[in-house]
Amino acid sequence: MRQFLQTIKNALRDLAPIVLVVAFFQLVVLQQPFPEPGKILVGLLAVVVGLALFIQGLELSLFPLGESMAGALMRKGNLYWLLFFAFALGFGTTVAEPALIAVSNEAARITAMAGVIADTPEAQSGYANGLRLTVAVSVGISLVVGVVRILKGWPIHYIIISGYLVIVGLTQFAPKEIIGVAYDSGGVTTSTITVPLVTALGIGLSTVVKGRNPMIDGFGLIAFASLFPIAFVLLYGMVV
Amino acid sequence: MAELLHTIFMTFVSTIRDIAPIAILLVFFQLFVLREKIAHLKRILIGFVYVVAGLALFLIGLDQALFPIGKIMATQLTDPAFITGAANSKVDSTATNQISQEILWWQYYWVYLFAFAIGFSTTIAEPSLIAVSMKANEASGGALSPWGLRIAVAFGVAISIALGAFRIITGTSLAYYMMVGYLLVIIQTVIAPKMIVPLAYDSGGVTTSTVTVPLVTALGLGLASTVPGRSALIDGFGLIALASLFPMITVMAYAQISRFKGTD
Repeated sequence: MRQFLQTIKNALRDLAPIVLVVAFFQLVVLQQPFPEPGKILVGLLAVVVGLALFIQGLELSLFPLGESMAGALMRKGNLYWLLFFAFALGFGTTVAEPALIAVSNEAARITAMAGVIADTPEAQSGYANGLRLTVAVSVGISLVVGVVRILKGWPIHYIIISGYLVIVGLTQFAPKEIIGVAYDSGGVTTSTITVPLVTALGIGLSTVVKGRNPMIDGFGLIAFASLFPIAFVLLYGMVV
Repeated sequence: MAELLHTIFMTFVSTIRDIAPIAILLVFFQLFVLREKIAHLKRILIGFVYVVAGLALFLIGLDQALFPIGKIMATQLTDPAFITGAANSKVDSTATNQISQEILWWQYYWVYLFAFAIGFSTTIAEPSLIAVSMKANEASGGALSPWGLRIAVAFGVAISIALGAFRIITGTSLAYYMMVGYLLVIIQTVIAPKMIVPLAYDSGGVTTSTVTVPLVTALGLGLASTVPGRSALIDGFGLIALASLFPMITVMAYAQISRFKGTD
């Protein structure tokens, strides 16, 4: 209970800046009163309690699970299961992501308007599904590459910088309509629930594998998961 | 009331849907691959309930309290009438009636300030960044303070959103900003302490999530639809792309400053 009160206190501090910013602009800059202050207060209370619960839940479930899965899969000794786990985690958490579904439908609409694909519902939904699968597969591959990197101890910056070069190169050739969607798709792939689990998995692996340092080798999975989809979506735009 | 209940129900459903693939995957691996008993199963289940309920409450609260007012604010601040009014009252209050005059880029100063402040404050409240900063603190053996990292990331997002607003207002090409950003990332990678680099790359991906995206998108769309000659479809995006780039630069800069001061 005392721990929960501490978490509530932290949550209040985390949310104070945003409340101050909104209040300053509403009252000082726009000089308007708050509409429905009661509703806003209740909403803020829900935000504070929700954030505190979420953080407590992380420490009870997602953090220990991510680390213990890393340990258990390494002890199992079969690399393929570990890589399969990484792929399934990336693919499974992305494929049904509502933000991604929204972005792919929007992309299909823009592409149809530009006349790249037929302007029929079938062609559009086919295009949107293809795009969604492309992103999900690319996040799966990102985590596989990320896990292999941790096992081998490859330095991350070579992979990231080559990724940038590939993206800059592909941008020159990809159809204009897809570029905005491609750059945005990197941002929609990592949800609030996936990030803690994937981070814990990376740190867990780098602690179990001999000769790896959690700071240098443990981080980087999220970076791959936000970079690879950009390249894959650009490619998808060029091929389809 | 019925509408509110509907929102609450839908938010819970979508949070459960978010966690379902993870739960299925974990159960499958425990039962068929690892065939191990899960340690502290009860604690983990309670934790999952906390995560789902907490995230749902968090989203519902944002939806009720902050998003509506933040979105209206973004529209009002980008409204040409507000901008000329705000700019003219400083110079000559009688000139407010001349709406036809052209708005100069610097007259959007409240927009830049809002963009900066909203980028900073939403990032501080971002749950996935809190999670990563806790892990980074642990992995660095306590050397890296969670608040230091979060403030560094928040500055990065704040700069990107303000810069993104400037880009939409002036109509300059996103590609230039991205190239300069990439170049800065590469330079920083070479000179920053090696320990920080992977974490800095990761912080680009975690910044743009539940709290930041809706408000920033509203700001981008507000600007793209009110600034003459911009299209919401083409110019509205790009704020998020910048917001995943600049935190990398500021996080590496934070490590350089810490090292310079000898505190790391």
